[in-house]
Amino acid sequence: MGKETVIPFGPQHPVLPEPIHLDLVLEDETVVEAIPSIGYIHRGLEKLVEKKDFQQYTYVAERICGICSFMHGMGYCMSVESIMGVQIPERAEFLRTIWAELSRLHSHMLWLGLLADALGFESLFMHSWRLREQILDIFEETTSGRVIFSVCDIGGVRKDIDSETLKKINSILDGFEQEVSEITKVFLNDSSVILRTQGLGVLSQQAAFDLGAVGPMARASGIDIDMRKSGYAAYGRLKMEPILETAGDCYARTSVRIKEVFQSLDLIRQCIALIPEGEIKVKVMGNPKGEYFTRLEQPRGEVLYYVKANGTKFLDRVRVRTPTFANIPALLETLKGCQLADVPVLILTIDPCISCTER
Amino acid sequence: MSFFSMTKTLIKSIFHGPYTVKYPLEKKESFPASRGRIEINIQDCIFCGLCARRCPTGAINIEKAESRWSINRLRCIQCSYCSEVCPKKCLKMSNNYTAPSFENVEDEYCNARVPDNKENNRNIAGAC
Repeated sequence: MGKETVIPFGPQHPVLPEPIHLDLVLEDETVVEAIPSIGYIHRGLEKLVEKKDFQQYTYVAERICGICSFMHGMGYCMSVESIMGVQIPERAEFLRTIWAELSRLHSHMLWLGLLADALGFESLFMHSWRLREQILDIFEETTSGRVIFSVCDIGGVRKDIDSETLKKINSILDGFEQEVSEITKVFLNDSSVILRTQGLGVLSQQAAFDLGAVGPMARASGIDIDMRKSGYAAYGRLKMEPILETAGDCYARTSVRIKEVFQSLDLIRQCIALIPEGEIKVKVMGNPKGEYFTRLEQPRGEVLYYVKANGTKFLDRVRVRTPTFANIPALLETLKGCQLADVPVLILTIDPCISCTER
Repeated sequence: MSFFSMTKTLIKSIFHGPYTVKYPLEKKESFPASRGRIEINIQDCIFCGLCARRCPTGAINIEKAESRWSINRLRCIQCSYCSEVCPKKCLKMSNNYTAPSFENVEDEYCNARVPDNKENNRNIAGAC
C-alpha cells in the first residue's frame, strides 16, 4: 500500500464551469476517496420566498439555474397551480412541453460540448456549441430571452407561438438533426473519445439505486426512471419511452444523453403536430393555501419542488431538491478507484450544476 | 471505432467560413420580441405605481407628488412584468440592450405637464 496524498480539486478548475471542491485522497495516481464540499455560491433563494410574493417568486425560481431555467419556473408554477386548483389551458401545456424539450436540447448540447472540452477535443466542443446556438435563437424568437425566458407564469404561459413560427421551428430542427447526427457519431464512434469514456466510472444498477441516482446517470445504469412518464404537462399525450443503457460507464451516460437529444426532437415534433388552438392563460384569483410536491424531469434528472402556502400572498416555504444534489453520492462512488487524470471527465459525466445544488 | 469520424464536418467548415458575426463591423439584429430595456412614454404615465409594486427587484421608483418615474437600470432584470401590468400601456420593452454604464445611477423621467419639471424634462430619450 502506497502513501496517501490529498489533492484539492477545485473550486477553481479549468474543467469546472461552477465551483465545487473535492478533496481527492490518492494512492499513487489512483483515487481511493473523494470528499466533497459545496457552498461557494449559495444565494439564499429559498429564503427569498419570505420577501417576494408568490407571483414575483416565479422570476426568482427561474433564476435558480441558468440552463434549466424554464423547468425551474415550470416546476414552481405547477406546484402553485396545483395548490390553487387551477387547470391551465391545453395549449399552454403543449407550449410548456415544447420549451421544456428545447431546454433539454440546449442543455444536452452544452454538456456534450463541455465533455469534448474535458477530453481536449476542442473542435468538437466548438461544433457542439455552434449547434446549440440555433436552439438559443429559437428561444429568443419565441420567448424573448436566450437563457432566462420569463415566459412561464402561474395559470399558463405569457407568450404564444403562432403556427408560422411553429413551422419554422420544425424546419430549423430538421437541419439541426442532420448536423447533430454527424457530430454525435464522433462521440459514439471516434476511437480517441471511446478510449477516454468506455469502461470509465462504472456505476452498477444496484449502486445507482442505493445511492439515489437520478436522470441520465440512473438510466445509463439500467434504472427505468423518467418523470416524463408520469404524464405532467402534455407528456401524457405524447409517445415516449425512457432511454436505457446497462453498462453504467461514461460512454453509456454519453450515449443516453445523445439519444435523448433525438428523443427531444421527436417529442417537439409530436407537440407541434398535436397542439390545439385556444387560450394560453387563465386568470388566477386569490392566494394559495396548502402544500404540494411536484416532480419533474430536468435535463440532469428529477427535480422536486415542495411549496407550502398559508393563504397570504407570501409563501411559507419553498424547497427544491435538484438533480445534481442527488447525483453527488453516485459521483463519489464512481470516483473511487479511478485515475487522477480521469477525474475531470467523471465529474462532468453527472452534468454538474452547482448553482442549482446550492440555490 | 473509427479514426476519421470528424473529417466530414471539418472539411465542410473549412469551405463554409466563420459561423460567428464579426461584431464591430457587422451587427447581429435582435429579434423583434427580444427583451432589451424598458422604455417609458412619460407623457401618458398616470403614476399609479403598479409597475413599482410588481417589479420583482424593486428597480422602479415613483414619486407621485413630483410626477417623477425612475428606474435603476442595473437592478432591472428585463422580465417585462411592469409593461404587462401597466394600465396605460406607456411602458414598453424595446429590443435594444442597455448601454454599458460606469455608475450605479437611476434614470429619471419627469412629466412635462407639471410646470416645475419643464426645464428638466428631456422627454423619452434621456434622463433628467
